[in-house]
Amino acid sequence: MTPHFHPVADRAVLVEFATALDPAAHRTVLGLDAALAAQPFPGFVESVPAFVTLLVAFDPLISDHDAVEQHLTMLLSAITETDFTPRTHDIPVIYDGADLDQVADLTGLTPQQVAVQHQAGRYQVAMYGFAPGYAYLSGLPQALHLDRKPAPVRNVPAGTVIIAGGMCLITTLTMPTGWWRIGSTQAKILTRDPAQPFAFAVGDHLRFRASP
Amino acid sequence: MTARLEILQAGPHVTFQDAGRPRLMRFGVPASGPMDRKALAIANAALGNPPGQTGVEVSPGGVTVLCRAGPVSLAIAGGGFVVARNGRPLASWLTLTLHKDDRLTLRPGPWGSWCCIAISGHIQCRTWLKSASTHGSSGLGGGALTSGQIIEIVTPRIVPEAPIPCPVWARPRHRLHVTLGPQDSLFAPETMHSLLSAPFRMTAAFDRMGLRLSGPSLAPQAALGIPSQAITRGAIQVAGDGVPTILMADHQTTGGYPKIATVLDDDTDGLAQLRPGDGMIFTAIAPAQAVILARQRHAALQRFLHHLAMRRSQGSL
Repeated sequence: MTPHFHPVADRAVLVEFATALDPAAHRTVLGLDAALAAQPFPGFVESVPAFVTLLVAFDPLISDHDAVEQHLTMLLSAITETDFTPRTHDIPVIYDGADLDQVADLTGLTPQQVAVQHQAGRYQVAMYGFAPGYAYLSGLPQALHLDRKPAPVRNVPAGTVIIAGGMCLITTLTMPTGWWRIGSTQAKILTRDPAQPFAFAVGDHLRFRASP
Repeated sequence: MTARLEILQAGPHVTFQDAGRPRLMRFGVPASGPMDRKALAIANAALGNPPGQTGVEVSPGGVTVLCRAGPVSLAIAGGGFVVARNGRPLASWLTLTLHKDDRLTLRPGPWGSWCCIAISGHIQCRTWLKSASTHGSSGLGGGALTSGQIIEIVTPRIVPEAPIPCPVWARPRHRLHVTLGPQDSLFAPETMHSLLSAPFRMTAAFDRMGLRLSGPSLAPQAALGIPSQAITRGAIQVAGDGVPTILMADHQTTGGYPKIATVLDDDTDGLAQLRPGDGMIFTAIAPAQAVILARQRHAALQRFLHHLAMRRSQGSL
């Protein structure tokens, strides 16, 4: 997969593997991210994986765009999909979301069937974004794909399970959202544990199960 | 020994900030830290503090502080605010000492939008992920200051009172260097020309997340979303309506709006000091040139911080 390197200001390179959502591109992002963590270059600051891109930030006092591109090209020639070993997390959900009935109406399912469909998904942390700890989970079953709401709802509490497009997300803060609220969970992603402040790594797998 | 400062009044977005929490963007966490990071570094250097020691960032809302227990020395740098102790005006950039019952006020003055107060002692405040920097939308970190709040300062020190010279590069920056993209290919050549030739203005829609600009429309050629991707401080992202926003300290870490260009990191401190209505022009440079400029400007900042430290050790500050 041939990447496109975009220099970003004086301190980053955006590595782009595709211009539209593409599972193979995402696997390459995760592979390069893992390879970079194992073999960083002098002046490496951080890497930020997303759906089809990896942002690689560097210290301009130590490195530059050309050196970073050379290092990434070298890593890409050797990466395999086994460079990244995801963990699997089981998440208990209470299907009590304020939008559950409306999601059922819009998808032509019963609320119980929405819950069953949601649990049938095989999810992966595609990326974090929007706010601290907001992990975008790919793998929502097609039957539950809905556009986001026309207007966001304010003050949605932490621990709300929300869906939109092909994505699912567990909120970590009280924030507005235009996604559909289908349930809630006690699972904490912002753990407040300094040793492991975030429960999931990008690329980890998740399963949801109804909690009694 | 402990000094205590009571907040008598604080405008919105007056927060604790330190060097921020870098390297956590992959978890959705922006670096935060001061809007004008040089201001906090300079104020800390004037007191002999490490550059990232926790201080208070003052917004255009201003702040009034009453010293409940002292003495304690402070340093102020950043915007050209009106600084007064017990009603008597002082220099905008200075070191000063507050004794019990002294009242300090900071109000927006001739220029600038953000000001930093460094403190010669350790502020007791909450931290999150090893940083006291306040993340605006969540309140995580040290948090926003509110009326009636008491700030405890452990091991306060006294530093001689003196003005701090304000270097020209620490003033508001109207000419901003950018590199094009990463999504410049989504914009028509005429739009790229508008970006680099027309004046843009700061609007009143600004906060710690970003600054919305007014100027010619920069609408992309096709209203295509891009798959959400990581964003940096300084990114000029363009919404579907053609209005550009420059992302700042508390920016969202990812987004699906195209970025027409990215302001050099060093220029974003002076950019933060512009006020609504202030004009700015964008000048494109090659990425290799941007790296050279970053090194030169870093060296200039370090020389100045070293100069402040030398003056202080020689007793003239």
